[in-house]
Amino acid sequence: MTRFLVPLAIFIVLVAFLAVGLGLNPREVPSPLINKPAPAFLLPQLHQPDKTFSQQDMKGKVWLLNVWASWCVSCREEHPLLVELARTNVVPVYGLNYKDKPEDALAWLRQFGDPYVLSITDRDGRVGIDYGVYGVPETFVIDKQGAVRYKQIGPVTPAALKDKILPLVKELQS
Amino acid sequence: MKLLALIALILFACAAAADDAVPTGADPVTNKRAVQLGEKLRCLVCQNQSIEESNAELAVDLRRQIREMIAQGRSDANIIDFMVQRYGDFVLYQPPFKAATLLLWFGPVLLFAAGLAVLAYNVRRRRAQRDEQPLTAAQQKQAERLLAAGSERERQ
Repeated sequence: MTRFLVPLAIFIVLVAFLAVGLGLNPREVPSPLINKPAPAFLLPQLHQPDKTFSQQDMKGKVWLLNVWASWCVSCREEHPLLVELARTNVVPVYGLNYKDKPEDALAWLRQFGDPYVLSITDRDGRVGIDYGVYGVPETFVIDKQGAVRYKQIGPVTPAALKDKILPLVKELQS
Repeated sequence: MKLLALIALILFACAAAADDAVPTGADPVTNKRAVQLGEKLRCLVCQNQSIEESNAELAVDLRRQIREMIAQGRSDANIIDFMVQRYGDFVLYQPPFKAATLLLWFGPVLLFAAGLAVLAYNVRRRRAQRDEQPLTAAQQKQAERLLAAGSERERQ
């Protein structure tokens, strides 16, 4: 009897491993930035290029940094959700306009609405590299001490917002 | 002649395409280092290609980043660290050796050892089955009788 039970058990374990593996998303690479200080930047603002914005300016506040671009299709998908979130004033959302032409970016915001307190322009994607951005859109939750606490890879979904981002923001704000 | 022209055309097209891939304005040593580094790093956009192979925009940016860092006189280890800090161990084609990757490094050895153990166990069990107790006198006699009867029947 054990002659058959042992291979069967091995087979079942193997199937279980493969089933879990199928459910994982290989595109979601855990960020090494979690719980580390948000990388420093000083970039011109999209609407007022003569003014700059730095992550330092947000010390003491919990905020979201959303990486977006006018050429990014999935950004359109999450955009209404961000507009809605901005309306609730729960947490300030800042935009990192990644590898985009400012005129395209501005036109895009006019068309779809602007949920950002302000956006900054990362034309050549260097700040994107510092933040380990590899698939726009990405959203970072940054705490009062300026540490990255969560990274959403790909569009913010209603479920991710409700179950992960908003509870975390509330916890960090208190 | 037409065929020859066609072949020439194709070759020229390839040469032209190859021209695109040649990185601009760098000495051969820097180039070689940049290429070697790029081959060690995985492109996160198209995950089965290295930064050197991929044409994704991120890979292009990271190739530029590598070249700039080489120009700044940074060491290879330093450049690799830079990438790992931003994109995690996942960018490395060769995973680092640490607690979280012990199973990855020793898993194959463990599986092989387990296989050897099963094999050894089975071989020993079979040998034990074969080396049975010697026959008792009565059994010996019975066996001889049976064999004798068998050979007699063969003779007939």
